Amino acid sequence: MSTVRIALNFELNGAAVAIHVPPLRRLSAVLRDELRLTGTKVGCDAGDCGACTVLVDGEPVCACLVPAASVESAAVRTVEGLANGSLSALQASFLAHGAAQCGICTPALLVAGTALLEQTPSPSEGQVKDALGGILCRCTGYRKIIAAVMEAGRHAGELDPRLPAAGHAIGASPVRLDGIAKVTGADKFGADSFPADALAVAVIRSPHYHARFAFGDLDAYRAQNPGIAAIFTAADIPGQNRFGVIPAFADQPALAEGEVRFRGEAVAVVAGEREAIRDLDLARFPIAWTELPHRLEPCEDSDLVHAERPGNLLTQGFVRRGEPEAAIANAAHVASGEIETAYVEHAYIEPEAGFAHMDGDTLVVTACTQAPYMDRDDMGKVLGLPPERVRIVPTATGGGFGAKLDLSVQPLVGLVALKTGRPAALVYTRGESMAASTKRHPATMRATIAADAEGRIAGMVFSGDFNTGAYASWGPTVANRVPVHASGPYVTPHYRALGRALHSNGPISGAFRGFGVPQATIMQETLYDELAQKAGLDRLEFRLKNCLRNGSETVTGHELEKGVGIATCLEALKPHWQRALADTEVFNAGNGARRRGVGVASCWYGCGNTSLPNPSTIRLGLSPDGHVVLHQGAVDIGQGSNTVIAQIVADTLGVPLQLVRLKGADTAISPDAGKTSASRQTFVSGKAAEKAARALREKILRFANVSELATLHLEGSTLVVREGQAVRHIDLAALVPDADGLVFSAQETYDPPTTPLDENGQGKPYAVYGYGAQIAELEVDMKLGTVRLIKITAAHDVGRAINPLLAEGQIEGGIAQGIGMALMEEYIPGRTENLHDYLIPTIGDVPPIETILVEIPDPEGPFGAKGLGEHVLIPTAPAILNAIRHATGVLVTKLPATPSRIRAAIAEAEAGR
Amino acid sequence: MHRYAKPTALEEALTLLGRDDDWLLLAGGTDVYPALGDRPLQRNVLDLNGLAELRGISETATHLVIGARTTWAEIARHDLPPAFGALQAAAREVGSIQIQNRATIAGNLCNASPAADGVPALLVLNAEVDLRALGSTRHLPLSDFILGNRRTVRQPDELVTAIRVPKRAVAGASAFQKLGSRRYLVISIVMAAARIAVEHGIVTQAAVAVGACSAVAKRLHNLEAGLRGLPVGPTLAEVVAEAAFNELAPIDDVRGSADYRRLAAREIVARAVLATIDPTNARAAAA
Repeated sequence: MSTVRIALNFELNGAAVAIHVPPLRRLSAVLRDELRLTGTKVGCDAGDCGACTVLVDGEPVCACLVPAASVESAAVRTVEGLANGSLSALQASFLAHGAAQCGICTPALLVAGTALLEQTPSPSEGQVKDALGGILCRCTGYRKIIAAVMEAGRHAGELDPRLPAAGHAIGASPVRLDGIAKVTGADKFGADSFPADALAVAVIRSPHYHARFAFGDLDAYRAQNPGIAAIFTAADIPGQNRFGVIPAFADQPALAEGEVRFRGEAVAVVAGEREAIRDLDLARFPIAWTELPHRLEPCEDSDLVHAERPGNLLTQGFVRRGEPEAAIANAAHVASGEIETAYVEHAYIEPEAGFAHMDGDTLVVTACTQAPYMDRDDMGKVLGLPPERVRIVPTATGGGFGAKLDLSVQPLVGLVALKTGRPAALVYTRGESMAASTKRHPATMRATIAADAEGRIAGMVFSGDFNTGAYASWGPTVANRVPVHASGPYVTPHYRALGRALHSNGPISGAFRGFGVPQATIMQETLYDELAQKAGLDRLEFRLKNCLRNGSETVTGHELEKGVGIATCLEALKPHWQRALADTEVFNAGNGARRRGVGVASCWYGCGNTSLPNPSTIRLGLSPDGHVVLHQGAVDIGQGSNTVIAQIVADTLGVPLQLVRLKGADTAISPDAGKTSASRQTFVSGKAAEKAARALREKILRFANVSELATLHLEGSTLVVREGQAVRHIDLAALVPDADGLVFSAQETYDPPTTPLDENGQGKPYAVYGYGAQIAELEVDMKLGTVRLIKITAAHDVGRAINPLLAEGQIEGGIAQGIGMALMEEYIPGRTENLHDYLIPTIGDVPPIETILVEIPDPEGPFGAKGLGEHVLIPTAPAILNAIRHATGVLVTKLPATPSRIRAAIAEAEAGR
Repeated sequence: MHRYAKPTALEEALTLLGRDDDWLLLAGGTDVYPALGDRPLQRNVLDLNGLAELRGISETATHLVIGARTTWAEIARHDLPPAFGALQAAAREVGSIQIQNRATIAGNLCNASPAADGVPALLVLNAEVDLRALGSTRHLPLSDFILGNRRTVRQPDELVTAIRVPKRAVAGASAFQKLGSRRYLVISIVMAAARIAVEHGIVTQAAVAVGACSAVAKRLHNLEAGLRGLPVGPTLAEVVAEAAFNELAPIDDVRGSADYRRLAAREIVARAVLATIDPTNARAAAA
């Protein structure tokens, strides 16, 4: 089909285009592949995500559903056509509001928003939602997008980048430094910079959960399909065919060897010319499957998923303190329960994508990722290359949330490039992405918590089984993190918690914003509501009475000397809590069919690896032309490290932010700043950046022979150092630059001080914790079991808000994911491998969010800052479940709380009355 | 080699259809492309997007005629009588605005999904489907056109050219209720359309249909009979509460249980019926 081409004439962004294309080629592919306009993104090829939205004759359409032939003589407008010399008002407004995080959905939102504003210059919130309802965003929580569209009129003309004065970057909210490319469509994501001559790679995957397989005649298949350059299987892998984010547990083959353990597991790659691969029917690939018994839920007694792991137990984490059983037996109030959660899909709008090519004898992989150095080392192992012969060039990453920590396309394109010598490119389809990538662990949890007569927590026991799926990935991290955090941020003198990661033939569970803590917190915070009720205490007061404070000891025996902000967060919520309770009471007095409820829940979360080293190294320096060059190795997947780390550097040096130039996280250019995970970048890389900037400043001061009191000023290529009356001028252009082109430079490493956990899980697992609490207000339709969220109020202790706007963006985005987890997200392998059966919140599902940034400085963090990225998701789901119970009297114990399940719980309660 | 044709006249299209029986029909593309996924398109494709005569809404002496290629966006913004309230509301709930701008009314019917948002609203209008082949034309009631999940009576040489609504059904007002697990871009758990005509405070016509609770959306004829002749008011909801609903055969799936669907269907039918007589009841079912 695709070989027949027709002449196509249309207008694209105001200019005439004449090309020859297959008539049924998707318009999105025509724009991206033929016309090389990659601002239009492809997220699903099914109209489910809206990322490819363009205007055809002024009307928004999904370009992935429009045949090329249908734009004959039409006018097509893409994100590249929105700016006219300078940014459009809407583009400027998006940047001013922080409405773009990773930026993958931004072009579509801008295009659809532009169509709305051209018809309705001052739209209402409802009109904005209706216009943008067909575009999914996984990062922002939509609220800043709504504001940006509604207030676009105020941003006509120039964009104010809000650059802070020298020394005032910390605490300011400049427009994100990497923002402009995100609103013009210029940003290059994983699939946006493929070389024209790259081989396309298709992956053969298992349709079965567990099976043996044997290949048929691969040579004959190759011969029948001209254009195939090569087929590779496990037999072609030159190194160790086992990868994994935690080397001690590495167990996943890049291409399976004779047996597959989950549906979607890769068994072979087919590489060929792009058009040939496009026309290839993978269903005809010669492979014979023999299905084997499988279990999607972990079972200790069933067949082993991995022979060397008895009981299908990957690993377990354990924390014990005091005598919990006795404490519970003697307590005045006891609450027990069970909670079951589902597989949750990350559903970033950018599917995994990248390409590899050979640069001399170095294999270069250009792909979206959260962890370039980990990718490099694991790739090297699989492909039998020393790390220095692998270079990872991270592209912009269109959302990650944990799943882009694991290798995906990298070993596959790497293998093809290494073996053929030709560049090789691969974009996962949405179905592939959903089947093959990691998920949040489904959890089956049980807990008992007890309080004394005054309502003080006496003890808690918790056990949780986490379905880690077919391979290890981050299962050990979840098993270890959960027991440390399952108490919540509350003083729990007697405690026992066990977290187990168990294998099944389900999708691989890995890292997803919170590493199991969101699941465990649902268990704990819903029981807290029950205990408060039993103790006759207001639910917020009950939490205040028990929360950690300076000097408290955690369940791991870690004495928290300073910086414990949970009480301040809960206090900050108090007026909102009282107002919400009063509103609810008034509403419910006059209503039976719809009932309102209010819920609260807290979080705490240790920043960085649990009792394991996780250093960051930052290099920076001055260039001969008078800029601060920052090797920013902390990958910015939308959360804002490109801006936050630069703000820390600017203020530590005392120079204006606009003089900072970023160098990317390319492993050939920048040192290892660790992975973007565990809420560690602002804290760990931020601290490394502070140390490096301090070292650079000291070097300069020594060179200038002045004291610490001196100030630095960059005036063109002249560095002016002032101390009192003394002024030194240093001509940077006259100095000899080093290999990085820097005339002054410094590099520092920071690794958070932690101690190992002993056999009872006692120790100091983290150097810094962050805290937060959220209130959910909602309304339940008692007849249908539907939930309408009214408002979320979030108070988060960030220590020091380096960039308050970005911090708010993290909070709103985390809340949106928490809403999804609470109410609608359930990944069912083989059934919801698309974005219309797997539902994530749309713009109409996130209510107004009021953020309260609490700043209780941490003694360890840079400028007092703590991590935030994962914390923000943790309280949302339990607050929602508590609010549903407040409204209806019923607790839904199997997540997500869909209308069907809520209604069933209400009916059960009604029947029991 | 597979064929591609984009005729510009209906006769030409029908001729092509008559000559070769393996054409994939392409109109809005909003079902064709998602069904394709990343597989190559290995069918002969008859692209209907050149047939301007199949687009738009017109009137005859007896019918209101909606061209097969009319998009949901066009239906939503067209000035139509209150009996079309449900259809216009459904038009605004089909996928997203991007989908509504491309997806066609006939495509929705030919795709024959049990959860097709347009079907209940058309059923309560007693809509008919015009099927044309070279030299022949059939008019079928919509309820006879869709046979089951993804199955219709359309023969390989036939093309749906229009959906026709008899004028005698253009009476009263209609309302649509859609229940989903999120606000936008959602496949319905259940949906319902109701059309009620009232004279002197008495229900003279009642048409109620429910979708996503059986392989094909169903009219609830027993309930309709129960509603006719009743005075307008809360009694209508009581009749809905008592009715048998035995036309429905809901299933358990990821979106909801069969029990839930049964219960929710009754509830949203009641709301749809009440909304036809008092639009302030037209609160969207989906929160």
